Amino acid sequence: MNPRRKKRLAIVATILIGLGVVSGFVLYALSQNIDLFFTPSEITQGKKDTGLKPSIGQRIRIGGLVVPGSVKRDPESLKVSFKLSDMTMPIVFNDSDPMVTVYYEGILPDLFREGQGIVANGTLTEHPPTGLSIEASEVLAKHDENYMPAELAEAAGQKHEKAGYSAKQLENK
Amino acid sequence: MQFNSFSDFINMGSYGFYVWLSYGAAAVILTFLLIKSKSGHLHTMKQIAKRKHREDKLREARELRKKQSHNKAETSTEQSSTQTSTVTSTPTNKALNEVTE
Amino acid sequence: MWKFLHPYANPETTYHFTNKLLPWLTALAALFLSIGLVWALLFAPADYQQGDSFRIFYVHVPAASLSMGIYVSMAIAALCSLVWQLKLADASAAAMAPVGAAFTAIALITGAAWGKPMWGTWWIWDARLTSELILLFLYLGVIALHNAFEDKNLAGKAAGILTLVGVINIPIIKYSVDWWNTLHQGSTVSKLGKPSMSLDMLWPFIFCFIGFALLAGVIICLRFRNEILARNSIRPWVRQLVEKQLA
Repeated sequence: MNPRRKKRLAIVATILIGLGVVSGFVLYALSQNIDLFFTPSEITQGKKDTGLKPSIGQRIRIGGLVVPGSVKRDPESLKVSFKLSDMTMPIVFNDSDPMVTVYYEGILPDLFREGQGIVANGTLTEHPPTGLSIEASEVLAKHDENYMPAELAEAAGQKHEKAGYSAKQLENK
Repeated sequence: MQFNSFSDFINMGSYGFYVWLSYGAAAVILTFLLIKSKSGHLHTMKQIAKRKHREDKLREARELRKKQSHNKAETSTEQSSTQTSTVTSTPTNKALNEVTE
Repeated sequence: MWKFLHPYANPETTYHFTNKLLPWLTALAALFLSIGLVWALLFAPADYQQGDSFRIFYVHVPAASLSMGIYVSMAIAALCSLVWQLKLADASAAAMAPVGAAFTAIALITGAAWGKPMWGTWWIWDARLTSELILLFLYLGVIALHNAFEDKNLAGKAAGILTLVGVINIPIIKYSVDWWNTLHQGSTVSKLGKPSMSLDMLWPFIFCFIGFALLAGVIICLRFRNEILARNSIRPWVRQLVEKQLA
C-alpha cells in the first residue's frame, strides 16, 4: 500500500473507531431507556441494575406471560382481567413469583391466551384486592420465534384457539 | 395443498387482507424497481448519444470557425502567415516536433 | 495479492461480465422465487397460533435480512472506494442503495401488516422497529447524497462516509431483540441450537430467501451496468457501444 492510501485508511479507521466508541457510550447510557416495557418483577422490586421503580399513577408498559387460570372475563361486557408474571425460560409458573394484575376493556388480540407473552400499556395503580395493577388502555400480544404446524402443536399438547366474543359482549362496547 | 378452494386461498383463514397486502406491496415495489432499472439502460445510452451529438456539433462549429478565421487571416495578412509558416518549418522546430511525437 | 482482481477493476471488462451474468441470474431468480412463493402460499402448513398470517414470514424475513446484508455490502464497497479510490466500488455502492431501500421498505410494510393482526398494532416504537426505520432513512440519505452532486467522485465520497457511519446501526438492528425488551420476537432461522421451525416450514423459506437474494442481485447488476455507462460516458468504448446499440 502506498503512503497516501495508508493515510486515508488510517483516517477512515480513526473516524470509525471514534464513532464506534461514541455510539457505544450512547447506547450504554440509553440501555435502560430503550426497553419497551417493565417486567412484573421490575414493577414490584425495581430494575435489576439501577433499582429504578415506576411510581403509582405513572403511565408505563408492562410485559409478561399471562398466568394460566388467572384470566377473568366478564360475560356481559369486554372487561377482562389477568395476571402477568415474568417471562422466563423454561416457562414455569409459581405462586410465589412476582405478579401484576392487568385490567382491560376491549378486544384482545388474536394471539391472546394463557401462557402467552403480552405487552400492556396503561397506568400503574394500587387496587385493593390485587395490589399493584395496571389499568390498560392497550393490550398487545408478543409471540415467540417458534413456528409449528397445527398438527404438530396438537401432538405436543399445545392447541391454540382465538378468544371468541358473543354478540352480547360486543354490543355493550 | 393447504386450501380446499380458490376462495379459501384468497381468504387465507380470515387473514387475507394482511397476507395479500404484504405480498402485493412487495411485488409492486420490486417490479417497479426492476422495470425502472432495466429501462435505465436504454435511457442512459440515449443520454450518452445525445451528449455525443451535442459535442460533435460543438466541435464542428469550432472547426468551422477556425477555418473561417484562418481564411480571413490568410487573405488579410498574408505576410504574417507566411512568416509563421517559415518559423514552424525551421529545422530546430521540426526536430522538436519529432521528439515530442 | 489482488492481481487476479485487476481485470475486474476495468470498467469495460466489468460491464461485459455483468451483461453476460444477467440472463443466468435472472433465470435462477425466477426459478427459486416461483418455487419458493408457490410453496409458501399453497403448500406450507399454517402456524398453530398465527394461522395463515404466518405466510407473511416468507416475504418479511428475507426482505429484512437482505436489507441488512445489502447495507453491509454497500459499506464494504464504500470503504474500498474511500481508501483505494476504486471507481467501480463507488458505482456498485450507488447501484445497491435503492435496492436496499426497497427491501427495507418491504420489511417495514410487511411487518406492519403482520403486526396488526398478531400483536394488535401496526407500529410500536420498540428497539427493533425503530432501528429498522433508521436504516430506511440511512438508505434514503445515501441515495440523496449520490444524486446531490454533479461531480460523481465527490458525491460518492459524501455518500460513502454516511454509509460507513451508519454501519453502527446494523448490529443494533440484529441484536436489539436480545439486548432490550421488545415486542418483536427473537430471530427464528439464524438461532443456534434447537430449531424453532419445523422442516416443512423451513424449506419454502430457504427457496424464498435464495430467490429474493438473487432478485436483489439482478436489480443491482442492472443498476450497476447503468452506473458504469453513465460514469464512463466520455470513454471511446462507451461511445462505440452506444452507437452500435442505438443504430
